[in-house]
Amino acid sequence: MAWFQKSEVVIAGILVLAMILIGLVNPAFWSLDNMFSLLRSNIIIGIMALGVLLVMISGGIDVSFPAFAVAAMYLTIKGMLYFNYDGVVLPFVAAATMGALFGCLNAFFVYKFRMIPLIVTLGTGSMVRGFLLGVVGTSMININKMPDALIDFGKSDIINMVKPDGTTFGLTAMILVYVGLAIALHFVLRYTMIGRGVYALGGDPEAASRVGFNIRKITFFIYCVAGALAGFAGLLHSGMIWLANPRDFVGLELDVIAAVVLGGASIFGGRGSVLGTMLGVFMLVMVKNSLIIMKIDTTWQRVVVGVIIVIATAITAWRDRRANA
Amino acid sequence: MSENFIELRNVRKEFAGVVALNDLSLTIRKGEIHCLAGENGSGKSTLIKVMSGVYQPDAGEVHIDGNRVENLSPMASIEHGVQVIYQDFSLFGNLTVAENLAMNVQLREQRRVLSWRRVREIAKEAVNRLGVELDLDKDVEQLPTAGKQLVAIARALMSDARLIIMDEPTTALTGKEIETLFRIVKDIQSRGIAILFVSHKMREMLEISEHITVIRNGQKVADGPTSDFDEALITRHMTGSDIVSEPYIWNREKYGVMPPRVETRDLSSGSDLDKINLSIKPGEIVGVSGLLGSGRTELALALFGMMPGYSGTIAINGQETTLDTPQDAIKAGVAYVPEDRLSEGLFLTQGIDRNMLSTSYEKLAPGLLIDQNKAEEWVETMIRDMQIATPTGKKLVKELSGGNQQRVVIARWLLTNAKFLILNGPTVGVDVGSKAEIHRIIRELAQKEGLAVLMISDDVPELVHNCNRIVLMHRGAFVEEMASVDTSEDQISDKLKNLT
Repeated sequence: MAWFQKSEVVIAGILVLAMILIGLVNPAFWSLDNMFSLLRSNIIIGIMALGVLLVMISGGIDVSFPAFAVAAMYLTIKGMLYFNYDGVVLPFVAAATMGALFGCLNAFFVYKFRMIPLIVTLGTGSMVRGFLLGVVGTSMININKMPDALIDFGKSDIINMVKPDGTTFGLTAMILVYVGLAIALHFVLRYTMIGRGVYALGGDPEAASRVGFNIRKITFFIYCVAGALAGFAGLLHSGMIWLANPRDFVGLELDVIAAVVLGGASIFGGRGSVLGTMLGVFMLVMVKNSLIIMKIDTTWQRVVVGVIIVIATAITAWRDRRANA
Repeated sequence: MSENFIELRNVRKEFAGVVALNDLSLTIRKGEIHCLAGENGSGKSTLIKVMSGVYQPDAGEVHIDGNRVENLSPMASIEHGVQVIYQDFSLFGNLTVAENLAMNVQLREQRRVLSWRRVREIAKEAVNRLGVELDLDKDVEQLPTAGKQLVAIARALMSDARLIIMDEPTTALTGKEIETLFRIVKDIQSRGIAILFVSHKMREMLEISEHITVIRNGQKVADGPTSDFDEALITRHMTGSDIVSEPYIWNREKYGVMPPRVETRDLSSGSDLDKINLSIKPGEIVGVSGLLGSGRTELALALFGMMPGYSGTIAINGQETTLDTPQDAIKAGVAYVPEDRLSEGLFLTQGIDRNMLSTSYEKLAPGLLIDQNKAEEWVETMIRDMQIATPTGKKLVKELSGGNQQRVVIARWLLTNAKFLILNGPTVGVDVGSKAEIHRIIRELAQKEGLAVLMISDDVPELVHNCNRIVLMHRGAFVEEMASVDTSEDQISDKLKNLT
């Protein structure tokens, strides 16, 4: 395939075009301040999108991850408060583990009962969210109660700058976490047998088992990693906003799925890349961000996200159908 | 050292009380081309799965290289060098040719991390071994069927195969591609690799194989060197009865005086159709032969109103008609059974009744409601007339055999009172018994009801036996017309090969 036909190149091209356009309408768009805040908004959606990408390449779809993220986040912080624990590494490990366990639940139903991933994840997501609010609690944990170590971690910057008016702004260090995870997933997908197994599974499940892939192992890998990424992102989010809200992330699944589809992943499975997904996330965040700058009502942002999903899916579906012809 | 590579002795396999294989013995010698013949449901696929270790036989023994093998697993079967190329090839369309070729080797080496340089090396070696040209960087789904098959064969060779089992390898190939495949098969054989060719196409079996085994109802009914067989004998063994085919004779006295059912004058459409003049009288069965892309399918589509914007004229029953949509064509009395009946013609998850009636609902419901009694009556009559093997019209079409599915499609069109029937590859993927039955039904309809039939097929014998006239198409035009009594299968095959 010629380089200019690669989906990543096409998406990058559209992205640059959109950036130039937005910049023309609103010169403030190109300010370093705005760029940094844009990148910051990429992080949580981006990490979740990595998990959704994995599921979508395998031919499935995941709508349970926001519930897993909020449950892992809220339970971890509740636990930290209960044990009076103030640290960073252990809580993140705990949140990711919880997410992975929830993911196992998805994998179990998808593999064992050959159920449609959409139905499974709708069910598990609803269950987990319901349990969280019903059993654990509905109250928010505000900045005054939030563990300090998490807030400090979330506050760290890699670059700090001072504006002419004396206020400071910076690029959050969390961007490194996101990029690190993305590189790791890229490596797994591209250079490991289990990663290629995910593509094989999305291409033709029957053929994948015939040539000797362990479908059970791959299915559990996919959903557990997706769950772990969600749990991790959930906790990171609360550290960055200094708040643990058990009703957070409602409706986020649509944004994330839109970003992944926008990044060139196929709804039929078998296609998608980390780089494309990151570009898709950036595009989605940028569009929403510009709508805010242009003071467009939030309800209209939902319309835009919906339009993006429909158009991006139509384009990739058309591409896949043409490839199959 | 034993002469035999694999030997099945008195193998028996049951599924929930139904005997799939009964006391079946089969021997494949090293480096031989062996044909396994049998109708659909005769136990061919069960036999393949016993050899590839997917099924364990309930009784009997499997010997490989003269040693008895117990509990043959899929992995063990591959290690012994048994490779199966399934009809769907089991390839990954979303991955490149190179990766598909290297996949099995990588998995067998139990690698965790893969090096793309190694993938390329393996793929290059695979292509070299087979001696073919393939673009390694293309995604497999962009290849034509013949290309996918080459990838599947090359992949099998990379697993140090000693026996390659090919399940119906020629179904989706054109004549030229089949020739190439046979050349490759012979080449593989010359390296001492045995090949089991599973098929129900007589001509091919006789051409390629050295040894033929015929099974019916899970039992071996005949085996021996290919020189001992001819088409009639194989058919007799496969079906258990003689199928005689006499050429079709058009009843000229009865129908000759009537106006043609369909007549085209200078029918053209873009570069697909070039000034076609075709006239079919009632009771005639006209065959169309030609290579893929010769315009034969486009001709069918044009006559069924699916090539709007054609130039020239089409007259149905002597009346000039504009056929711009399939609805126009159906109204005029044209019926079309497409090439791929499964994806284009049938609602697989619906019952026989709904499938049959799907084009007749307007007639069944003059008002608002469907006349259920009449609907049932029609379906029952059709199931009886077409001899569809089913206890009830409610049975789902996907549960029927290929032959019975084809009959459902034909029945549907008969219910519309079609006077002109277009059949595109009417018996592709249908076993010998059903095929003869379908032919009988079509001929009877033409002879008795005065149906005019246009039959498009790759299967030259099918045309010669069932048509009274055959036209040869090339590059969108009719190049020759023959009366089938004056021509032979070989003549037509030769003419097809000489077209460029």
